[in-house]
Amino acid sequence: MAVKDYIRDRFFPHIWCPGCGHGIVLNALLHAVDELALDRSSLCMVSGIGCSARISGYVGFHSMHTMHGRALACATGLKMARPSLNVFVPMGDGDATAIGGNHFIHACRRNIDITAIVLNNQIYGMTGGQYSPLSGPGILATTAPYRSIDAAFDIVNLAMGAGATFVARTTSFHVKEIADLLKKAVLHKGISVVEVMVQCPTYFGRKNKIGGPVEIMEYFREHTAPLGSKKLEENPELIPRGIFREETRPEYCEEYAAIVTRVRE
Amino acid sequence: MEAVTINRRWCKGCGICVAFCPKQALVLEQEKAECRPEKCIVCGMCELYCPDLAIVVDKSLKPKKAVKGVA
Amino acid sequence: MSAATTGKTPGKKAAVQAAEPEIRFVQGNEACVRGALYAGLKFFAGYPITPSTEIAEHLAELLPRKGGVFIQMEDEIASMCAVCGASLAGSKAMTATSGPGFSLKQEAIGYACMAEIPCVIVNVQRGGPSTGLPTKVAQGDVMQARWGTHGDHSIVVLTASSVQDIFEITVEGFNIAETYRTPVILLFDEVVGHMREKLVVPKQGELHVADRLYTEVKPGVNYHPYLPREDGRLPSSDFGGVHRYNVTGLFHDIFGFPTEHPDQVSKLIYHLVDKIENRAHLLARWKEYYLEDAEHVILSYGSPARSARHLVENRRSKGDRVGLIELQTIWPFPAQLVREKTAHAKNIFVAEMNMGQVTTLVKQAVVNPNRVFLVNRVDGVMLNPQDIGRVMRTIEGRGF
Repeated sequence: MAVKDYIRDRFFPHIWCPGCGHGIVLNALLHAVDELALDRSSLCMVSGIGCSARISGYVGFHSMHTMHGRALACATGLKMARPSLNVFVPMGDGDATAIGGNHFIHACRRNIDITAIVLNNQIYGMTGGQYSPLSGPGILATTAPYRSIDAAFDIVNLAMGAGATFVARTTSFHVKEIADLLKKAVLHKGISVVEVMVQCPTYFGRKNKIGGPVEIMEYFREHTAPLGSKKLEENPELIPRGIFREETRPEYCEEYAAIVTRVRE
Repeated sequence: MEAVTINRRWCKGCGICVAFCPKQALVLEQEKAECRPEKCIVCGMCELYCPDLAIVVDKSLKPKKAVKGVA
Repeated sequence: MSAATTGKTPGKKAAVQAAEPEIRFVQGNEACVRGALYAGLKFFAGYPITPSTEIAEHLAELLPRKGGVFIQMEDEIASMCAVCGASLAGSKAMTATSGPGFSLKQEAIGYACMAEIPCVIVNVQRGGPSTGLPTKVAQGDVMQARWGTHGDHSIVVLTASSVQDIFEITVEGFNIAETYRTPVILLFDEVVGHMREKLVVPKQGELHVADRLYTEVKPGVNYHPYLPREDGRLPSSDFGGVHRYNVTGLFHDIFGFPTEHPDQVSKLIYHLVDKIENRAHLLARWKEYYLEDAEHVILSYGSPARSARHLVENRRSKGDRVGLIELQTIWPFPAQLVREKTAHAKNIFVAEMNMGQVTTLVKQAVVNPNRVFLVNRVDGVMLNPQDIGRVMRTIEGRGF
């Protein structure tokens, strides 16, 4: 099948701004799903609120557009009730690390078999460019006119600290890497967290005078390096990309099913 | 039949495909992407880069490598 | 013996078979658990909170044995969200909480209203506001149950005053939730939740159990998940089934996709409200005692209704023309029923453990609001028959 067969094409062109990184992630996700040839009736997209959350409306999956930050909690109920489902949860800065931060760490801790994709654009886009827990200090935003003084979360470290069993990072520049990592994430048994650094040219790029989508993506190319690469070894200040953790730990739905098998009347 | 199909209605003219095409085969014409087939090597990168899902590359039309002279 | 008649649709209780009935001595909270399982509960998500925790504890033990899912979530919000997710996958789903947790769940309760997700929320009430009186009884959440989540909507709220009634009203709660695809709130209180008394467990088939209505639309044919039938009901399709559709908390069209079109917005909000408000008469559950010739009518619900009943029986035995109406449906408020049942009463006493939340509704419903009096306690102590008796004597001009 083609990627086009997985979208609700009557809603295109989509609502995202020209050059928005979210479209690139959606694109890579659909390529990954297509290549894996998953059972279509098993595909679920559960999203929260914000630009990233609009992904759920565009895919021809079972789609649940929920509340801000609550997608992982809703997805946990869905997955527990029907473990055969393939559940994807795209999240923005707020969904994953602010209002939904608690749900994020607990989904990681439980190791429930959900593919969580964090679209990190360092800003709240849909509400018009306020700083987020991923902005970091020194950033200009509509709620940080004198530059942000808040430290940023490192999503990879946060997910690993919370116990996630598959943790990866890439950027919207590295399009093949996004699809590859997402394929591995889907096949991984347990929670998988894939951070994709994406551009918000409209609010982050413009406000911080970084430039348009191309300039931000070039920044990603120049300021990141693969884990284990010579480039990273020689330039430790670069942001590492790749798979940070891939380990086997009992998956939550399977552990629960084992209890049911043991005690069922 | 061209290898690269661009849906002009979906293209928002962001220029990402133009910037990152390894062969500079894409240009913006009236704020929409266009492919210059003579430069295109059908690598498929623009399909992956397009945030608007506006580009489809038919990889089956990838030019075969020239087979060295067989007598 | 009491002269109780019930407001339930007749014929629901089939003839009890001759076999020995299962009799248990349980708390109200456990009766709620057993009622939920009887109704086909398959999924429970919760977070511990006094005085509802026993519901989670019993379900943690019983649900896995029945092949259902029990999960203790990270917080109250997540519990309500998980219930929404599980219900969309086709499970009958429930959560249980008390005041502070009920406040936190309001966001997702609104989502369930908007997305028409069947689910049951138990609130075993304690004293509030805020952390309030964690281990003491109150009924201060009547208005919150109705209007706790933002925006216009409608919701069903049921209550009960005995362990047996908790069992039956819990089954009824699931039936209403599944039939009308709405959240149903079971608004119990600490006294009935923790009280132990006899429970005669109905046999399977003895109480009606309603299941979800599923669409007959074939795969590949357009299914309209949010196009109500003429009777207001929405045929479902589970996540994981053949129809892949969208669910959102935004105003949506018949496909479930967001819309801001004024016609579609208006249609949806009227549907959400009308599907419940137009059925107030069908959803009304109540019990009544000695109303026929009653000069003084007590209206009560939950644990104070037991004190009221005690008082009524006591005064009847002395020849006083006192009657009682015990509401089991609080929302939609059965205003017409209350008006009719109190039409000939000189005085109406509303016995409740709050500052008059139902009293306000009764005043709006009856012919003569000046004769409606609040009898309450808000000190964490159960309203007892003497409390009610003293107010009645004073109003009747017979001294304290």
